[in-house]
Amino acid sequence: MNWKWDMFFDAFPFVLQGLGITVALTIACYIFAVVFGFVWTFLKRIPIKSVHWLVSWVMEFIRSTPPLVQLFFIYYALPMVPVIEISLNAFLSAVLGLGLHYSTYIAEVYRSGIESIPKGQWEASTALNFTRRQKWTKIILPQAIPPTIPMLGNYFIIMFKEVPLASTIGVTGILHMANTYGSHHFRYLEALTIVAIIFLVLSYPAAILVRKLEEKMNRRFDKNELLEENKGAVS
Amino acid sequence: MSVTKEVSKIKQTPQSDKIKQKPIVMYEDVHKSFGDVEVLKGINLQIKPGEKLALIGPSGSGKTTIIRMLMTLEEPTEGNIIVGDNNLWKVKKDGEFKRANEKHLRKVRGEIGMVFQHFNLFPHMTILQNCMTGPVQVKKESKASARERSIQMLEKVGLGDKLDNYPNQLSGGQKQRVAMARALVMRPRIMLFDEVTSALDPELVGEVLEVIRDIAQDGEMAMVLVTHEMDFAQEIADRIVFLEDGVIAEEGTPTEVLEQSTNERLQSFLHRFRSSNGN
Repeated sequence: MNWKWDMFFDAFPFVLQGLGITVALTIACYIFAVVFGFVWTFLKRIPIKSVHWLVSWVMEFIRSTPPLVQLFFIYYALPMVPVIEISLNAFLSAVLGLGLHYSTYIAEVYRSGIESIPKGQWEASTALNFTRRQKWTKIILPQAIPPTIPMLGNYFIIMFKEVPLASTIGVTGILHMANTYGSHHFRYLEALTIVAIIFLVLSYPAAILVRKLEEKMNRRFDKNELLEENKGAVS
Repeated sequence: MSVTKEVSKIKQTPQSDKIKQKPIVMYEDVHKSFGDVEVLKGINLQIKPGEKLALIGPSGSGKTTIIRMLMTLEEPTEGNIIVGDNNLWKVKKDGEFKRANEKHLRKVRGEIGMVFQHFNLFPHMTILQNCMTGPVQVKKESKASARERSIQMLEKVGLGDKLDNYPNQLSGGQKQRVAMARALVMRPRIMLFDEVTSALDPELVGEVLEVIRDIAQDGEMAMVLVTHEMDFAQEIADRIVFLEDGVIAEEGTPTEVLEQSTNERLQSFLHRFRSSNGN
């Protein structure tokens, strides 16, 4: 089989029609994951052993199951589960499935950010008699979140690359469009190459951007941290 | 040790006045264990309003734990800590004492301020913001008034020209002075100093002690200093408490404790301390 440029140019606009959906789904999944990541983080911090255990177990379960299986379950099986019986369209199923799956990873990112804040920051805000909420919103999160931004950016790119999974349940993103085009013309080569090119063209600059962001953050926080630690080491 | 004697005149309130007053803090048979290790084995201690108290003792003797429990950073295993009319860690409910909730702790804790060994300034805020945030967030003071008072306080500790700097741009001594200003703008009735000069380079200790001396001269606020600066303790403290191995082994006026005591453990501690400091 040889490459046909006319096929390529013919398929391009057709495949591109799916880009809007792919991007929209990426953003929707990501927002879901970023918000729900917080929910996990705070649920896990509830100082009741049974709750902590339950939450950890559920997160572990979600993380250890393939996203594709979760997607199929939500789309095909959830409507048949007694009591729940929810049937979601393909797009919402994908948001719930991929969003939930990645929220457990993003929760880890938040956790590492929060745990990197020295105990002294909590103690100083207790000494000033801050409420629990004020400690979080004024002291801890403003310090914990900025250093995690590059990692959160990485997850955005990962999410973008995972979204084609949703074509398996019929979300009409670029991969789905390429498949449709391929099956109509009995030729997949050009259409799928286009999909690969679109992903490359979008992911690569995004990855560079994230790396830049990371360098910037490292510079900013190294300065702070180093001074603080040197002082601590003296005593 | 003779240098400090003439300076001790700066104490303003006569001792007898303070003794008549009701204590502002009372420790009643307080115990504290970390795991299997009991670090405090029954502490009874009273702090009077405006009193300057120094806690001395070898490391690991539990000095820091005593003030950390008052700041509600550690919970006593046993015993009571009374602040004013409130039991700090316990609430009476249906005739039974229950563990205090955060609301109760917040109510009582408002009287107390603390300065830490490692400063614990908020690195994402400027010096001025570090000072303002307490009054604005916790006391709901207007920004204008909190700002004005914070600037005054920072000028008082000699940092009026650093308002818009971030903590990482300051020296250790400057950081510690900001930390004191931050605690002082909250107008606590009791201020706790946890080895505030221990993390500083030797040449920066003086400027921090100078500020504490200043605060002490203002008089009204009770101060508890956990310190290794023996001369300084003798100079500003009304009373010195010597802790060893989780119990109060000796207490009294600086002269009584540092010069007249015959307690053997205290003697050996002071001896070790003085010889290691070369005087």
